[in-house]
Amino acid sequence: MIAKKTIRKTLLALLLFIPFFGILSAQEHQEETSKETKEKEDFNIAEMILHHIGDSHNFHILDWKGHPVSIPLPVILWTDNGLVTFMSSEFHHDEEGKVVVEKKGQKFALFHGKIYYANDTPNEDGIYVTLDKESHPANKKVLNFSITRNVFSMFLSMIVLILLFGAMAKSYKKSEKNLPSGIAKFIEPIIIFVRDEIAIPNIGEKHYARYMPFLLTIFFFIWLNNIFGIIPFFPFGSNLSGNIAFTGALALITFIITLFSSKKSYWSHMLWMPGVPVYMKIFLAPIELMGMFIKPIALMIRLFANITAGHVIVLALVGLIFILGTAWVSPASVLFTAFISIIEVLVIAIQAYIFTMLSALYFGQALEEEH
Amino acid sequence: MDLVTPEIGLIFWTTISFLVLLFILGKFAWKPILNSVNEREEGIRKALNEADKARQEMQDLKSDNEKILKEARVERDLLLKEARDIKNSMIEEAKEEAKNQANKIIEQAKTSIENEKLAAISEIKNQVADLSLNIAEKVVKGELSDKDKQLKLVEQLLGEVKLQ
Repeated sequence: MIAKKTIRKTLLALLLFIPFFGILSAQEHQEETSKETKEKEDFNIAEMILHHIGDSHNFHILDWKGHPVSIPLPVILWTDNGLVTFMSSEFHHDEEGKVVVEKKGQKFALFHGKIYYANDTPNEDGIYVTLDKESHPANKKVLNFSITRNVFSMFLSMIVLILLFGAMAKSYKKSEKNLPSGIAKFIEPIIIFVRDEIAIPNIGEKHYARYMPFLLTIFFFIWLNNIFGIIPFFPFGSNLSGNIAFTGALALITFIITLFSSKKSYWSHMLWMPGVPVYMKIFLAPIELMGMFIKPIALMIRLFANITAGHVIVLALVGLIFILGTAWVSPASVLFTAFISIIEVLVIAIQAYIFTMLSALYFGQALEEEH
Repeated sequence: MDLVTPEIGLIFWTTISFLVLLFILGKFAWKPILNSVNEREEGIRKALNEADKARQEMQDLKSDNEKILKEARVERDLLLKEARDIKNSMIEEAKEEAKNQANKIIEQAKTSIENEKLAAISEIKNQVADLSLNIAEKVVKGELSDKDKQLKLVEQLLGEVKLQ
């Protein structure tokens, strides 16, 4: 409770400060730009942040002498003419739709992280997609199953998890009396925590064992991807667990398992609440029915928003240096970033815990017997 | 907005990855790990129960021992007391017997002394009688020469006999 309060307070303080910095920076920026001729491009912090927390088709490592150094990732498309695959390096780091890749008689262009069916001829800016007034592409999007930066990061986390827990399982086999050794010593308390503090209190002694694999997998999967997310260098740093598709897919799995484990009592309490007058039953049924869908949606948004917010704060603090256009602000930026990162270490563990705990709670509710 | 629009590709890969991960970890990690943990906990619970039982048994044994010791002590006391009683009674008996024996011996001694005395007296009497007769014979022989003297002697002798 105390930890939560302090986190809330510090976040509040930061939220109060950020606009202040913003105003300051805006003024200075205006003065600067008015004084200096526009030598460099305007730094757009929103674009920078969105670019960093978004997905990407190649894994950008660093810029070397003005050239981006990045790992190309496979692009997998389901097109009108079937499956198309090529490496993202074929776009030559282009994100503006100026490079066209031709496969199976179809042309593709990458515009702001998304792949579109390209036009045959470029417009006056050399862009192969038609843009509307708000500069959104009007072209048809391709069904994209590419191994993006986030998917790459997810595979990496899978490998780490399998190696880690495989080694842990092996270490038990080696010891004669089932004693944990090596890495198992560190992980076992967490597994026991998931069992004794999450699974058993929420699901109950009778059914908890069936849900343990799911709860453990989702807990460590989210936690590890959260950890990968806040490590800022290659091959980590993808904002996977702060991506709504990722959290949505996991919430959907929780929802499906909830539905499949539901007993009669779950539905009767939802659709025809016992123990209340008939008009209340009619009144409550749609609310409860909505609640059934809102629960996993809240699960999805909670994880997405918390992780994304953490990344946004860190990026905004680093961005201060560029907004203010001076390196003198960097000590403050670094200090705040380090501070927020420490809080993030807590937040990512708490969010993994909350996701798991609420999943267990929903399973427990679905399993509740008539009483 | 891009940020809150889920991409179908990532949903697809997340679902696949998670299910694969769930399957692999469930089979090769969670099952053995949870089994090991449960087995160990079961083992610990058993060991603790057994330790409790052993402690109980020890306590029982100890109280048994104490009981036995107490009983032994009581028995020893009893034996000692009995022995003392026996000793006392034996001494008593022996004393009694000794006294009786002594008395008997004394009695016997007394009777034998009496008998001896009687025998001795009678013998002395006989001897005295013999002596007396001898003397008397001699005296008589010597005195019988004179009549007067004879009579006087007889009278004297008779008188002496009466005195006895």
